[in-house]
Amino acid sequence: MTTPLLSVRGVKTFYGRVMALKGVDLDVSEGEIVTLIGANGAGKSTLMMTVCGNPRAREGSIAFAGRDITHLPTHEIARLKLAQAPEGRRIFSRMTVLENLQMGATTAEPAEFERDLDRVLALFPRLKQRIGQRGGTLSGGEQQMLAIARALMARPRLLLLDEPSLGLAPMIVRQIFDAIRALNKQDGLTVFLVEQNAYHALKLAHRGYVMVNGLITLSGTGSELLERPEIKSAYLEGGRA
Amino acid sequence: MEVFLQQLINGITLGSIYGLIAIGYTMVFGIIGMVNFAHGDVFMVSAFIALIAFLILTSWLGITSIALALFIVLIVAMLFTSLVNWVIERLAYRPLRGSFRLAPLISAIGMSIFLSNFVQVAQGPRNKSTPPMVQGEFVIFTQNDYAVTLSFKQLIIWGVTAVLLACFWYLVAKTRLGRAQRACEQDQKMAALVGVDVDRTISMTFVIAAALAAVAGTMYLMYYGVVSFSDGFVPGVKAFTAAVLGGIGSLPGAVIGGLLIGLIETMWSAYFSIDYKDVAAFSVLAITLIFLPQGLFGRPDVEKV
Repeated sequence: MTTPLLSVRGVKTFYGRVMALKGVDLDVSEGEIVTLIGANGAGKSTLMMTVCGNPRAREGSIAFAGRDITHLPTHEIARLKLAQAPEGRRIFSRMTVLENLQMGATTAEPAEFERDLDRVLALFPRLKQRIGQRGGTLSGGEQQMLAIARALMARPRLLLLDEPSLGLAPMIVRQIFDAIRALNKQDGLTVFLVEQNAYHALKLAHRGYVMVNGLITLSGTGSELLERPEIKSAYLEGGRA
Repeated sequence: MEVFLQQLINGITLGSIYGLIAIGYTMVFGIIGMVNFAHGDVFMVSAFIALIAFLILTSWLGITSIALALFIVLIVAMLFTSLVNWVIERLAYRPLRGSFRLAPLISAIGMSIFLSNFVQVAQGPRNKSTPPMVQGEFVIFTQNDYAVTLSFKQLIIWGVTAVLLACFWYLVAKTRLGRAQRACEQDQKMAALVGVDVDRTISMTFVIAAALAAVAGTMYLMYYGVVSFSDGFVPGVKAFTAAVLGGIGSLPGAVIGGLLIGLIETMWSAYFSIDYKDVAAFSVLAITLIFLPQGLFGRPDVEKV
């Protein structure tokens, strides 16, 4: 196997004195969908943000596309085509849907804006109807679509998705997951997905990691992990999402 | 009636100057949540830059066309004042980002004192005056031996303010930089995640704020013909009042607030007492803060999440 697109080695992140990540190792290879599952407060989102340099890893190293990005400023990491749809969506609520998408294209070629716009609007037709509306007036599902669309406008080599299913109706979750699968299949987009919705995430992903208390405790292919009894009891018991 | 009309004209003129300064307060507050108390002094410095530029152009270089001289003075003042404010941000505010909230505020007050003292030492404590730049006026109508006039100076101030506000509006609403600026205002973390250089955007905000203050400074100098090292404080605090009245953080609010403060001040001077005009303007600050703390165009902090 060639070197992975994203590789995280022994990363420790602190909030003040509290250690949130206690030495995380993780790889994402080109063309993969990799998911990270775990309970609330396990440190999943912290890992996502640490990859983007905010908060910064105090120990360990993070490499993206063969380059050490551990100490790079956040906006320069974004310029390496690493886009994130972060926890809580973080839509620019006083800007229109179009402006949000323009912000997403900050690191992209201006000449390709129209084409990229058509592409993401084809993926999420709902956004087309809302194009002139302010981000803050969208429904939760629409905001999530906008957050993903905004990240896609950068033409990322790696897309980080933090809990895209949170608080959304199952129908919308399916739409969003279908969109992710299509992007991966058709465009070869590499996706790193953080989820609490373990069943859907493991179904979708090629590989998965399980995080408990700031440490990776298990890893394997999606179907392997789905079969593990400890996963079943801890994350899948009580129905399928 | 004729007094009212005349004061209306005067008030809009003064209000335009306040509005241009107020935008600087409101923009900087919007993006880093700091009241930039040095902004009034940046305005004063810009008036001195304009004064020096005007004297160099007319006495040394012998430019006789006032229109050309004014135009060059305006550009020079905008450039140099922007540079000054850029340096101030780098030296006095950026190192304190991430520190406790009051730190940059205190630093700004220090900067304000530094600027006015520096100009006092460098330019002397007396009023500096220019030869009258623009003379002449339109008489709109005469009634009871009272002529309502609109001077060319006032007309220039209205025109320049309107043109620059239009450019400024375009910059904020339609350009890449303006979008980045608004994005940083709303969510700096997310702005960085999409690839916006937040520090650079904040620097540009100070540059734009200073450019508009320089327009105000040049207009002020042209209008009154004198400037002194202490002229930053009172117009600065009045423009701050305008920003608060309009709703701090709101750009249209700053302009409307500026016009209102200008009008309140001139009307008060005409109908009540000119000695108490500053009291009137600052009472507005107190009253706004007590009864309408979010200002006329301030947005409530509630957003759908």
